[in-house]
Amino acid sequence: MAEVNLRKVVKRYDDVEAVRGIDLDIADHEFVVLVGPSGCGKSTTLRMIAGLEDITDGDIMIGGDVVNDVPPKDRDIAMVFQNYALYPHMTVAENMSFGLRLKHYPRAEIKSRVTEAARMLDITDLIDRKPKQLSGGQRQRVAMGRAIVRNPKVFLFDEPLSNLDAKLRVQMRIEIKKVHQKVRTTTVYVTHDQVEAMTLADRVVVMNKGRIEQIGTPNELYHKPATRFVAGFIGSPAMNFMPCRLEDVAGRLNIRVADRLSFPLPPARAARYRNVPRAEKLLIGIRPEHLTEPRAPEPGIETFESVLDVTEPMGMETLVYFTLEGTQVCGRVSPGAGATDGAPMRLAVDLNNMHLLNEGSGVVL
Amino acid sequence: MSTLAIDKSGPRRKVKYGSMSRDRTWALRWSYFFLALFAIFALVPPIYMIITSLKSSAEISAATNPWWVFHPTLSNYIELLTSNQFLRFFWNSAMVSVVVVTITMLISVPAAFALSRMRFWGSATLATGVFLTYLIPDSLLFLPLFKMFARLSEWTGISLINHWYVLLLLYPTLTVPFATWIMIGYFASIPKELDEAAIIDGASWFQTLTRIFIPVALPGLIAATIFAFTVSWAQFLYPLVFTTSTDQLVMPVGIITSLIKGDVFNWGQIMTGALLGAAPPLIIYAFLMDYYIAGLTAGATKG
Repeated sequence: MAEVNLRKVVKRYDDVEAVRGIDLDIADHEFVVLVGPSGCGKSTTLRMIAGLEDITDGDIMIGGDVVNDVPPKDRDIAMVFQNYALYPHMTVAENMSFGLRLKHYPRAEIKSRVTEAARMLDITDLIDRKPKQLSGGQRQRVAMGRAIVRNPKVFLFDEPLSNLDAKLRVQMRIEIKKVHQKVRTTTVYVTHDQVEAMTLADRVVVMNKGRIEQIGTPNELYHKPATRFVAGFIGSPAMNFMPCRLEDVAGRLNIRVADRLSFPLPPARAARYRNVPRAEKLLIGIRPEHLTEPRAPEPGIETFESVLDVTEPMGMETLVYFTLEGTQVCGRVSPGAGATDGAPMRLAVDLNNMHLLNEGSGVVL
Repeated sequence: MSTLAIDKSGPRRKVKYGSMSRDRTWALRWSYFFLALFAIFALVPPIYMIITSLKSSAEISAATNPWWVFHPTLSNYIELLTSNQFLRFFWNSAMVSVVVVTITMLISVPAAFALSRMRFWGSATLATGVFLTYLIPDSLLFLPLFKMFARLSEWTGISLINHWYVLLLLYPTLTVPFATWIMIGYFASIPKELDEAAIIDGASWFQTLTRIFIPVALPGLIAATIFAFTVSWAQFLYPLVFTTSTDQLVMPVGIITSLIKGDVFNWGQIMTGALLGAAPPLIIYAFLMDYYIAGLTAGATKG
């Protein structure tokens, strides 16, 4: 097991810069998830760590050694692919032991490692089957088994759950987490699914357009996003953004969201935003769960009237959509709050959990 | 009210729709009709050959019903199978075909692997080039090739012309490009992640080829092998041009040159020789048919 370090790593294909100077330190035993929209460079980064892609510039270190020119087989890594990439002509056991057999491990050692991994992944009964006879979830277990038996320094996962249906994905997610708790191998996991990222990671790396937007624990990213991209990408339904401006009203700081809608900021927020230039173009970011039906009055919670466009009952909650100054806004109310399509409803906004962003730079203030 | 009454009288359809199963039945009948027609067209010549091969020369030239054997005899078979000359042709053919198939597969499998997987500068152009060489007919190539070997003999004293082993150099010009092309198609259908997984598992390029690609693309490999064998077994023009001595001839040319003497055609033995010559490919097809069909339907590799 080992730490992984990326130093100013760049990947250029002809004219296109897929990865633009990434710095990342992954600690020993850590589970790091690279997340971002397609084309953000996350898979390329993973493939560079694996050695499947050359590095245009920068350094990649595994266990302290620079591996830029080390071929994949000598990097002591194991990778799990989205489409499983099992060898179709080999049985489950042969698939799992292929790497060990190439390295001429003793038979007894191979057998015990395969048995152990199969037991851990609950595929002992499938050991003599061919991949064709397995379901998607079972195939992905075998692919993980193939990685585990090698006992590598680093596990690399490239969107391993994307080919599975929603229910199985949740199940396998838990499985992956359990495996990591047992083997504690340093893991780099790539996904475009922010829920997967949040649930699995010790730390999440949000990438966009070949750069790292923010690195942090799932909670940090959710509650303290650094940029508009991260704020909008993490969380579902996504955070609402509305144009706004700051106003000084009778010695207090107010935030005006619409001509007829202005709220006084709670003291903590007012202190934080006091020095923001008043002429600055700003955005207010509110997560749907901070737009609810009015509950017990608290400082920082303000109410306002709205007319609902659409409601989406989800069972445990109801999502309500309304329009504010031409922007569609989403709120989450309890199912008993009486939200109806097309009907007016009084909503409460929790300004203690608001975010203020610079519209031009997208930076969270 | 009146319209209601009409509606109650039930649906009246002018167009009659046939049932699905009836349509299917007719489709099947037509398929069988054309299949039968094609089978007759393809099978009549070999049947005629079998009939003729069982006749004596006297009966063949007699004005009796050509579709019936009145005095069946195996003399044609016995004569051919005990003739050293015919056995020599057969041996030459077998030797040439087996070696050519081996050479072809040894060249085209690694070539196809390199062209489809090791992306290097010009690999795509090269792959197309390989196929284009297959499009040049042998009737265009035999003269320059003959000239080439004649010149080689002049310059170096190594005379290959009129030896059966010259065919070992000639046939691959036909078999290698096509076999390579087939294998490129097969290897291309293997998902990229499979070789990446193998490389990460620690396999070299060569191990990836022998332990992953060849087993996975086995149907394609067998299709290419059968193709190479058929081409070398049946090739007529090159041996006709490049070999003349009786002991150097392969079967297709041997039968023609040894059994047609001037204007005397020994039909019984010609037919027998042709039938015996057709036997090896037939046996190979019979054994590998399942693989061959699986091979032609391709792409069955995605696990």
